[in-house]
Amino acid sequence: MTMRAASTFFWRRPYWYLALLLVPPLLWFGTVYLGSLFALLAQSFYAIDDFTAQIVREPTLATYRQLVTQPANVDIVLRTVSMAVAVTIACALIALPIATYMARHASGRMKALFYVGVMLPMWTSYLVKVYSWRLLLAKEGIVAWFLGKSGLSGLLDALLATPGIGGPSLSSSYIGMFLVFVYMWLPFMILPMAAALERVPGSLIQASADLGATPSQTFRNVVLPLAVPGIAAGSVFTFSLTLGDYIIPSVVGAPGYFIGMMVYVQQGTAGNIPLAAAFSVVPILLIFVYLSVARRFGAFDAL
Amino acid sequence: MLTRLGAFAGLAFMHIPVLVIILYAFTTEDRTYQFPPPGLTFKWFEVAFARSDIWQSLTLSLGVAACATTIAMILGTLAAFALARTTFRGRDALTVLFVLPIALPGIVTGIALLAVMTLGRIEPSFFTIVAGHATFCLVIVYNNVVARLRRLPSSWVEASMDLGADGAQTLRYVLLPQVATAFLAGGMLAFALSFDEIIVTIFTAGKERTLPIWFFNELFRPRDRPVTNVVAVIVIAVTLLPIVLAYYLTRPDDEHETAR
Amino acid sequence: MTAAIEFRGVSRVYGEVRAVDDVSFTVEAGEFFAMLGPSGSGKTTCLRLVAGFDTPNQGQVLLDGADVSAVPPYERNVNTVFQDYALFPHMTVLENVAYGPRVRGVAKSDRQASAREMLELVQLGAQGDRRPAQLSGGQRQRVALARALINHPRVLLLDEPLGALDLKLREEMQIELKSLQKKLGITFVYVTHDQGEALSMADRVAVFNKGRIEQLAAPRELYLRPATAFVARFVGSANVADSALAQRMGLGAPFAIRAENIDVQAESVVPAPDTVSVPGAVVAVQFHGAASRWQVQLEGGEVWSALLPDSRRMNGLSVGSRVKLTWPRDAAVPLTPA
Repeated sequence: MTMRAASTFFWRRPYWYLALLLVPPLLWFGTVYLGSLFALLAQSFYAIDDFTAQIVREPTLATYRQLVTQPANVDIVLRTVSMAVAVTIACALIALPIATYMARHASGRMKALFYVGVMLPMWTSYLVKVYSWRLLLAKEGIVAWFLGKSGLSGLLDALLATPGIGGPSLSSSYIGMFLVFVYMWLPFMILPMAAALERVPGSLIQASADLGATPSQTFRNVVLPLAVPGIAAGSVFTFSLTLGDYIIPSVVGAPGYFIGMMVYVQQGTAGNIPLAAAFSVVPILLIFVYLSVARRFGAFDAL
Repeated sequence: MLTRLGAFAGLAFMHIPVLVIILYAFTTEDRTYQFPPPGLTFKWFEVAFARSDIWQSLTLSLGVAACATTIAMILGTLAAFALARTTFRGRDALTVLFVLPIALPGIVTGIALLAVMTLGRIEPSFFTIVAGHATFCLVIVYNNVVARLRRLPSSWVEASMDLGADGAQTLRYVLLPQVATAFLAGGMLAFALSFDEIIVTIFTAGKERTLPIWFFNELFRPRDRPVTNVVAVIVIAVTLLPIVLAYYLTRPDDEHETAR
Repeated sequence: MTAAIEFRGVSRVYGEVRAVDDVSFTVEAGEFFAMLGPSGSGKTTCLRLVAGFDTPNQGQVLLDGADVSAVPPYERNVNTVFQDYALFPHMTVLENVAYGPRVRGVAKSDRQASAREMLELVQLGAQGDRRPAQLSGGQRQRVALARALINHPRVLLLDEPLGALDLKLREEMQIELKSLQKKLGITFVYVTHDQGEALSMADRVAVFNKGRIEQLAAPRELYLRPATAFVARFVGSANVADSALAQRMGLGAPFAIRAENIDVQAESVVPAPDTVSVPGAVVAVQFHGAASRWQVQLEGGEVWSALLPDSRRMNGLSVGSRVKLTWPRDAAVPLTPA
């Protein structure tokens, strides 16, 4: 069949053409990705036999019961969620001046420089960034040296001594973890925010000034509300990324477990895949809930 | 003014960690993370390049990335052409489906793949690693190509066919030149992300150690710390370069998009 | 002789919307045929059906007597000039024009020679090596024209090609396109929403509204004898009286009267025999250079307009004056009830 005849064949039957294009990727996706998600769900409904430590392949709610009734498990979920919320808020606050400057005050080269400057750390290897923070936060590392030189070591010790967020050293404390999370996800918050801020038409700012508003009033009443979709979009990233992460809590970790770590540990040494699966269903559910809330704030238009 | 100060401070903050690591690759101190470094040297680079375990991991990572990227480029482009401008029942559902691997946390993908492997009694191997990587690499290529296709005015394809070119010729003369950069950029991004991937890989690799896994293990049993830093510098180079190239490829420029 | 294009009972439906609703007409070979109407009226959809970018849900589209529903665009002897010109930015002007011969397998030197000829025809001979992005809107439009004509199509379709040009350029291009068509003898099908364009260029005009053709006639016929209220309003400016208003005026059926056929006279003037006279009050007078438009409000509240030449002395009448609108009885055009 010549190319032209083949082309005309598909022109007359557009659905065949579609099928030809979609079958290979869907086949892959269906088996590898969707298949594994279903397997995960299936596993969460199995349980581990306490005596043989083998997976009993019979549907049961025992694993989920274990998840929601044992206080240690509930603790883990609460701890992870509160960290995710804290990180999201901190990222939003820090990103605001950067995104505002990038989108509304920088021009031409400076703006390009800022965009590349924000994206460069985002593109740098995840593991390398986590590792670098280990170095930074170490007892003899830069942060300690800097604080020592500026006379703030007392503050650091006080912080570390605070129960709940402190720890033996920065690199094994909640506050250290918090810093790393904020650092890692900051670009993910800055970029959608800057994009949303940039989309505010200049004419609106001028109209507001024309009607008598001061620059800060204009910012609060006109620009900020219009930036909300960008903030919502960015928060989706910071929230879900923090929720599911297990590397950062183990590298810059405090003794308390996080969801991600729990999943990792359960499937590893404990071999308790059903419990690991049940644990991982939690972030899926939470993220779906968060996504539907974020969508109401316009996050999907800003992605 | 205050915003400006905050902005520059924030930007600087974001770059310090990586610069620090690069600095530490040259330190003479090998047991602690002492700052400031007592001296600077190149010797750790020599040590690193002499280590066979590092080479093994590096080759494995490159191999996995190459395979995963190839699969992803083919499948992702097919999907992009299918979904870019057509309308059919279920199209929106498919669009959501193609976002899932990046929308859901990596740990979900990882444990899901492990669940399949346990249920099907599949042994972890090179192929299980590639399978995991190819899935999200597919999404990245898809995103890049679909975005480019959507920016093409539909009148171009119609004009080409109107002038006598059939579907295949239109693809060759009109579509491919336009999509080529997005296709390549998607591939390079996919390569970089696969090379750097740790979260899913931990679940799907058995005894295999990709470079990130080697790195991860070293975090908990540091032997020669500066050697680890050298590897970090290598990883930065291998992942950053393709991404920067991809970025410059996909920036809209006048050559490829006419203003009206 | 077989018509160049024929539509037989063609319908194109998108879900609930009937973009083209049971349309039938013919276009004769060698004529300049315009499809006129507001946006969404179906004229562009009909054009796309001829080109092959769309297929009808019902009915048949015939080119030179043959049904083309199974024929892809690249096998129809029809070429299109697109509204956005659709020039390929990654090719030079010459390569754009030579595209048609290229995909049909013509050798490079031959097709480049033909392309150069075409560019000369549209007065762009020197621009061959530049890129579309470097040309002005008017120049790009000519490249699109050259690119479409190089294949010597039987029919050339033009989709609002002059929309993006400014007034002076548009008027120049209208004259050029018309003379080009006469010279080449190709059938032109021209889609536009600008009634002035359609009237000045076309041999026949089809007026579209809501997916149907309200009237298909030569420009003069369309203007002097509009068949429906829509055509009367869309082509030129007319005052339309529906059945109720016609009754109130003491006349039987709905009709339309062109603004330039109405005279404005003082209330006291006795109307001549065989003229219709309607009382009203002047609400606005708009100066248009050679003529002025007088807006007069009738007793029922409707506002009608009369176009009076500057030479007409208005003897003290102005905004607020009570006047009579008069016109010769046979100047009114009866309309089919909408």
